[in-house]
Amino acid sequence: MKLLLVGEYREKKLLNVTYDLVGIANKLGADKVMVASGYESDLPKFDGKLYLANANDVGEYNPNIHKQMILDVVEKENPDVIVFIHSSFGWDLAPRVATALKAAQFTEVIDFKDGSFIVPSCNSKLRRELKSKTNKTVITIQAGAFAFSDESTASPIVEKITPSNTSNVEFVSYEEAEAKGLDLTKADIIVTAGRGVGKKDNIPIIQALATKLGGELGASRPVADNAWVDHSHQVGTTGQTVSPKLYIACGVSGAIQHLAGMKKSEFIVAINTDKDAPIGEIADVLIVADVLQFVPALTNKL
Amino acid sequence: MKVLVCIKQVPDMESKFKINANGTWFDENDLAYRINEYDEYAIEQAVQLKEQLNNVDITVLSVGPARVKEALKKALAMGCDDAVHIEDEQSSLKEPFQIANLIADFAKDKGFDIVFTGMQSQDRGSGQVGIILSELLNMSCVSTIAEFEYKDGITVKRELEGGLKSIVKVSTPVVLTCQLGLNTPRYPTLPNIMKAKKKELLTIASTELFAVDSSYETVNFYHPQKSGGSLILEGSVSELVDKLIVILKEKTSVL
Ligand SMILES: Cc1cc2nc3c(=O)[nH]c(=O)nc-3n(C[C@H](O)[C@H](O)[C@H](O)COP(=O)(O)OP(=O)(O)OC[C@H]3O[C@@H](n4cnc5c(N)ncnc54)[C@H](O)[C@@H]3O)c2cc1C
Repeated sequence: MKLLLVGEYREKKLLNVTYDLVGIANKLGADKVMVASGYESDLPKFDGKLYLANANDVGEYNPNIHKQMILDVVEKENPDVIVFIHSSFGWDLAPRVATALKAAQFTEVIDFKDGSFIVPSCNSKLRRELKSKTNKTVITIQAGAFAFSDESTASPIVEKITPSNTSNVEFVSYEEAEAKGLDLTKADIIVTAGRGVGKKDNIPIIQALATKLGGELGASRPVADNAWVDHSHQVGTTGQTVSPKLYIACGVSGAIQHLAGMKKSEFIVAINTDKDAPIGEIADVLIVADVLQFVPALTNKL
Repeated sequence: MKVLVCIKQVPDMESKFKINANGTWFDENDLAYRINEYDEYAIEQAVQLKEQLNNVDITVLSVGPARVKEALKKALAMGCDDAVHIEDEQSSLKEPFQIANLIADFAKDKGFDIVFTGMQSQDRGSGQVGIILSELLNMSCVSTIAEFEYKDGITVKRELEGGLKSIVKVSTPVVLTCQLGLNTPRYPTLPNIMKAKKKELLTIASTELFAVDSSYETVNFYHPQKSGGSLILEGSVSELVDKLIVILKEKTSVL
């Protein structure tokens, strides 16, 4: 089997998740060919072939240019599976490439089994096992699912390519997140309000527990998006990555993007009315209760 | 300007899901359905554009069984002008490529300038329909937009990882897929709900539109095995509080 791995650079650096691609190729025992728009100063290490376009010329990401660049390499290499990381880059590009190749596409693959790929659905409560009927398959893989730590020292054979440079969208610039008002990364205790808290008026209940414990208030994304709590409190892929001694998740379902930001916490307590909430998979203790009753009672007893 | 908004109805994610008889999807009975969260942002953005420019006509479209009419009515009550129901009792078994082909066949000769969709659905999470649609219609496409501005053309901010965004300029016709937090979806007012009830929905059977074969099969659909790592505590609130305090004292250094 041959895999075409689509590597990623951001702001002139190879992204570490690129090694997840090497991870899945190793796990499948497949030949590796990689394509990326990047920089010679920071090349990925793996045993295979790398088609490298110069990101100074064609940009780190432009859907039209990168789609064509990948299709050109597919034509040369004829891979069985084209693998992207499930990232803002991968999930944007994969459907474009799949459509052009008339290939089956699976999103956010977490595992494989007997020639099928496994993907989560319904907020990770369920799993689908899918088998491609087309001779090429396009997949995006969940970041971390195929993490590959044992970094190889091998160097790929590099072939430089010059993709065409026409596009119907114009990349203007990157915009950094506003300076963070709050550094949650140093907190020992974080008590996070999720959407299950219900409304802005209930946030003081969660804040009171955080204060009582001498910790900080965290928030899941909908809580920040709805302005119940300032964005600087958001934990997750698009928020902060934290690792406190104690993390208390109040009314948080446990979506993968939230888990990505807090799963390294030493001890995790989740309070949720839903016994099957995916947060239960990583919590040390799941308290099945209504946060609005449980949290004030806990605060009082401490 | 003509705007199309594509929406999907999804079950409440807090539901107890049961697997259907042939193990391909969940049993759709006895579930409460609502508009896919990401699609509510799509509807709201279209309505805000209409409020800004006045000359905007918004069509909202959904592929699905009879129940999706309810979602379409809500979108009309939020401010969309016309609704199209592509009726398909089997839509949940169709893959994104098949759904996008149905929509593309409907949309191809209608001259839409902007198509808004959600970036993904909450149940499948495939994130493909909007992008495939743009490819089929040969329109440009920016996915995962977290900000939208219409002023001498369209400028959007696309959300990347770690708080980074990229600013992108694009011209019409364009497909934009919407991310959480793009705006604050409005609640329809009672008079608008009443008005929406009276509006006609255009219903088209999916069999009348261009169909493509599926490119994959669902071999299995199941509840993952619990890792068994966590301690699940149930009971009265006061018991639970006492138990948790004991655990925190034993297992952590914070109390
Ligand atoms: C590209 C991308 C990036 C993202 N980045 C982030 C991120 O950085 N951080 C983040 O958090 N999310 C992020 N998300 C969103 C993520 O997918 C989820 O939508 C979000 O984490 C859900 O937040 P929640 O758990 O608070 O809400 P929900 O998923 O709505 O869960 C609410 C939970 O509360 C429980 N509940 C309800 N009522 C009660 C009650 N009275 N008592 C106790 N429990 C109750 C419910 O059972 C449910 O489990 C991102 C999504 C995308 C697509």
